[in-house]
Amino acid sequence: MIAMEKAQSTDRIEKHFEVRAPRSKVWRAIADAQQFGTWFGIRVEGAFEEGKTVRGFITHKDYEHFKISFQVVKMEAERYFAYRWHPYPSDPNYDYSKAPMTLVEFTLEETDGGTAVTIVESGFDQIPLARRAEAFRNNDGGWNGQAKKLTKYVA
Amino acid sequence: MFAALADATRLRLLKRLSTEGSQSITRLSEGEHVTRQAITRHLYALGSAGLVRHKRQGREQIWDLDMKRLEKARQYLDHVAAQWDAAAARLKAFVEESS
Repeated sequence: MIAMEKAQSTDRIEKHFEVRAPRSKVWRAIADAQQFGTWFGIRVEGAFEEGKTVRGFITHKDYEHFKISFQVVKMEAERYFAYRWHPYPSDPNYDYSKAPMTLVEFTLEETDGGTAVTIVESGFDQIPLARRAEAFRNNDGGWNGQAKKLTKYVA
Repeated sequence: MFAALADATRLRLLKRLSTEGSQSITRLSEGEHVTRQAITRHLYALGSAGLVRHKRQGREQIWDLDMKRLEKARQYLDHVAAQWDAAAARLKAFVEESS
């Protein structure tokens, strides 16, 4: 079964799960843009290459008009694949190209049973206005900690 | 929106609303080294940024953090997390099918 963990933080989403397949096969499924598109649901134009930006189109009919852009940050063969993009659209009417980009990271590790996959998407704190209010509701970090976090976002 | 937070007074106001709960401009002005007028301006600026909201109670305006925005942000994150759950399941199915 897939074991899923959601990080407590509001800045990131983290998923851990294991698949019964060799790491090289899982790597190809992620790093090969055409294979990626097959299961991910986005038709990618061209190949994933470090430093390059590739375009993609969502294959779901309500979201076909969205222009998806993958800015490939790093590719470490069979171990790590990272790209930046605008967050996956949840509302067909919202212009996500205005939203700050998030970072998506795939990390693969060999296990006895096959491959452990970790997916992290981070950078959401830049997006929701209400995050600023939340920093005060949860006073765990103390006033100084929160103030530092917030002044980071000050123009 | 970020400019709304540039001011230390505004940060302080948010902090007070968080720890002390909703309150009037009168109370929020207490202990502050800025005028009540300035406090009012700051609160309206924070309101425009969607961080606080107010309602009238008798002769006072009562201000509070805007929790609805916070809830929307949480819902959005939950939605994105669900998208990744589905994507993870599809990746798993894709690589596990016998070649």
